[in-house]
Amino acid sequence: MPTKIEKDSVTGTETTGHEWDGIKELNSPLPRWWLYVMYACIVWSVAYWFIFPAIPWIDGYTRGLLGYNQRDALEQQLAAARERQAVLRDGIDKASLQEIRNDAQLLQFAVAGGGIAFADNCAGCHGLGGAGQRGGYPSLADDAWIWGGTLDAIHTTLQHGIRWDDADTRWSEMPGFGELGILTEAEISDVADYALSLSGSAGNAAAIARGAEVFEFQCAACHGDQGTGMEDVGAPNLADRIWLYGGEREQIVAQIAQPEHGVMPGWSGRLDPAAIKMLTVYVHTLGGGQ
Amino acid sequence: MATATASEGTIAGSGVRIEYDEDVVKLFTIATMFWGIAAFTVGVLIALQLAFPVLNLGLEWTSFGRLRPLHTSAAIFAFGGNALLGTSFFVVQRTCRASLFGGRATARFVFWGYQLFIALAGTGYVLGITQGREYAEPEWYVDLWLTLVWVVYLLVFLGTLIKRREPHIYVANWFYLAFIVTIAMLHIVNNLAVPVSFTGIKSYSLFSGVQDALTQWWYGHNAVGFFLTAGFLGIMYYFIPKQAERPVYSYRLSIVHFWSLIFLYIWAGPHHLHYTALPDWAQTLGMTFSIMLWMPSWGGMINGIMTLSGAWDKLRTDPVLRFLVVSVAFYGMSTFEGPLMSVKAVNSLSHYTDWTIGHVHSGALGWVAFVSFGATYFLVQRLWKRERLYSIKLVSYHFWTSTLGIVLYIVSMWWSGITQGLMWRSYDRLGFLQFSFIETVERMHPFYVVRALGGLLFLIGALIMVYNMWRTIRGDIRIETGVTYSTGAAAAGTAD
Repeated sequence: MPTKIEKDSVTGTETTGHEWDGIKELNSPLPRWWLYVMYACIVWSVAYWFIFPAIPWIDGYTRGLLGYNQRDALEQQLAAARERQAVLRDGIDKASLQEIRNDAQLLQFAVAGGGIAFADNCAGCHGLGGAGQRGGYPSLADDAWIWGGTLDAIHTTLQHGIRWDDADTRWSEMPGFGELGILTEAEISDVADYALSLSGSAGNAAAIARGAEVFEFQCAACHGDQGTGMEDVGAPNLADRIWLYGGEREQIVAQIAQPEHGVMPGWSGRLDPAAIKMLTVYVHTLGGGQ
Repeated sequence: MATATASEGTIAGSGVRIEYDEDVVKLFTIATMFWGIAAFTVGVLIALQLAFPVLNLGLEWTSFGRLRPLHTSAAIFAFGGNALLGTSFFVVQRTCRASLFGGRATARFVFWGYQLFIALAGTGYVLGITQGREYAEPEWYVDLWLTLVWVVYLLVFLGTLIKRREPHIYVANWFYLAFIVTIAMLHIVNNLAVPVSFTGIKSYSLFSGVQDALTQWWYGHNAVGFFLTAGFLGIMYYFIPKQAERPVYSYRLSIVHFWSLIFLYIWAGPHHLHYTALPDWAQTLGMTFSIMLWMPSWGGMINGIMTLSGAWDKLRTDPVLRFLVVSVAFYGMSTFEGPLMSVKAVNSLSHYTDWTIGHVHSGALGWVAFVSFGATYFLVQRLWKRERLYSIKLVSYHFWTSTLGIVLYIVSMWWSGITQGLMWRSYDRLGFLQFSFIETVERMHPFYVVRALGGLLFLIGALIMVYNMWRTIRGDIRIETGVTYSTGAAAAGTAD
């Protein structure tokens, strides 16, 4: 209901004379500071439009006094970053893996670059620092190597992967002795006992003896007479208490009867050659490099 | 609650009585708190999921990806939406001295139609039905239904304004109308899509590429601007002067800040796409319009806070007013932080980090939820015609619990966001990244725990409110000592 203009007793300001459901309005002027800050923001914005790209036309837009372009700025930053690393990156490209390993400066560069590449690309499976994970992700920080722990072996594995879609990939496949019916359940049980005994676990002597016989015919061709593995065919050492798929007896039985086979991607084409070299050196330095 | 409890006003001089439809406002008020609790609960759950991923439970229906839109939509559209629709029906009737245009049945269609929209959207998210458009996830058939409900809502609101018995339209109604009209436009354009078939759920957007991204953020940013800002300013402009029993500070300020806010907000969306494929010129405009938006946003804060001139002492005794005023303070903080984050140099640090999440929640919890709580406390007492709320002390407990929750939430997200941003851009002296992504995720864990705790406190506060509301509606009064309370100008039921 419109009422007459009154003076607010508290502030001394006049009302507008309007009233809605008991609500009145004061006729206070705009706060000066508020108005001036708003003007300042507008002035600043308009100035910004002259300096930076701002107004679209039919076939383009105003480029601004600075001629700033986001893509160019990115290119410049990338070029500057490349420039800062140029000498050492060039060194990595040209040097052999062994030379990198022996050169203090290149080694430091490769470990730093390989380390961050590892953390972003490899740590998901192998864990930060290459500690490995249960369920088929081997530790890279110990001295047990399925496909070899020399610089060249690690480099090949990194480039072509394991059981990967790559003509030169590493490939091994242990037969499913249970699922293919090669061994009976009892024989598998005996072989498991024998495999455990290789790393010193005590067990039923008779079972171990029977298992040893089976092992000689079925397993030794790849895993070696002493069960110490063969890096050429990717057959793991069974005598070092390191178990890719778990060291409990039933896990070993399962792995003989119906083996799991992990896959590692090949990184050629996904990472540049220098990065793969740096990764190789980094992994080699984790503790188990041969 | 279906009993006829409509309040009445009178037309001065004529003695003709106006029957206000307050039953529908009661429905909206109850729905506001119902969906509020739902939104906060899911929020706490997904906050815990980020800290403890095992809580995803390994089920597709309970995974973070599906529950996150459930949380955001429940908070914005279910909790916030019911608060806006309910208060707008209350305010427009009383400030126009007119009953709702279209009568009781139309108003009920708006209420139940809106609840159906919420139910369709929410169940869809859990089942994996989504357009993948942020804050606009529901598929085409839900969009069409909401469009129908919204147009009816617009007609009810507009019709009531047209048949008003006041010479002028009150400022709260300008904001409500801007909210309703703009949301209609944003919703329709952003959801333009071609269904694969009329019996299937899937559709394809009319937009693609960077145009699609810009359309989405034009929508998304103005959902913030017109749903969460303009709409809730409508609430602020009615409930603060009512609860404080003081005139609005400045009519002139309300005009200038209304028009400047409405004009500038709609251009600011591109600041969500800094350093993307969006052309440079569009990024510039998004940033500069955000800077220019700072003072128009603050106009609302000034008008809200300065309305308390001469009534500051009430903050000591009236926790409902405290909710309303602190909400405006949070509004002021968020609307400073927003333009700040839109500056490209700042954005290059803050973008994609938890800082954004903290910013959104200082607005959503501090501003939107607090002003809604204040208005809801006000409404419960008056709609159910109680002498006062069941307990004033409980309102105060609610206030402090929730405020502490918000502080924990915002501070942990600032901290984690800035940490994250700095870690992402750290290089070692050889020019390699200092941290891998997973290391930055690991570093977030303690902040995520604190954030979840903040959310939990906020939820507990809201549960205290629900209890207080329920006892108030039952007609109970808790005898409390040491509490003084102003009952407000509009004591139960009077409308003139």
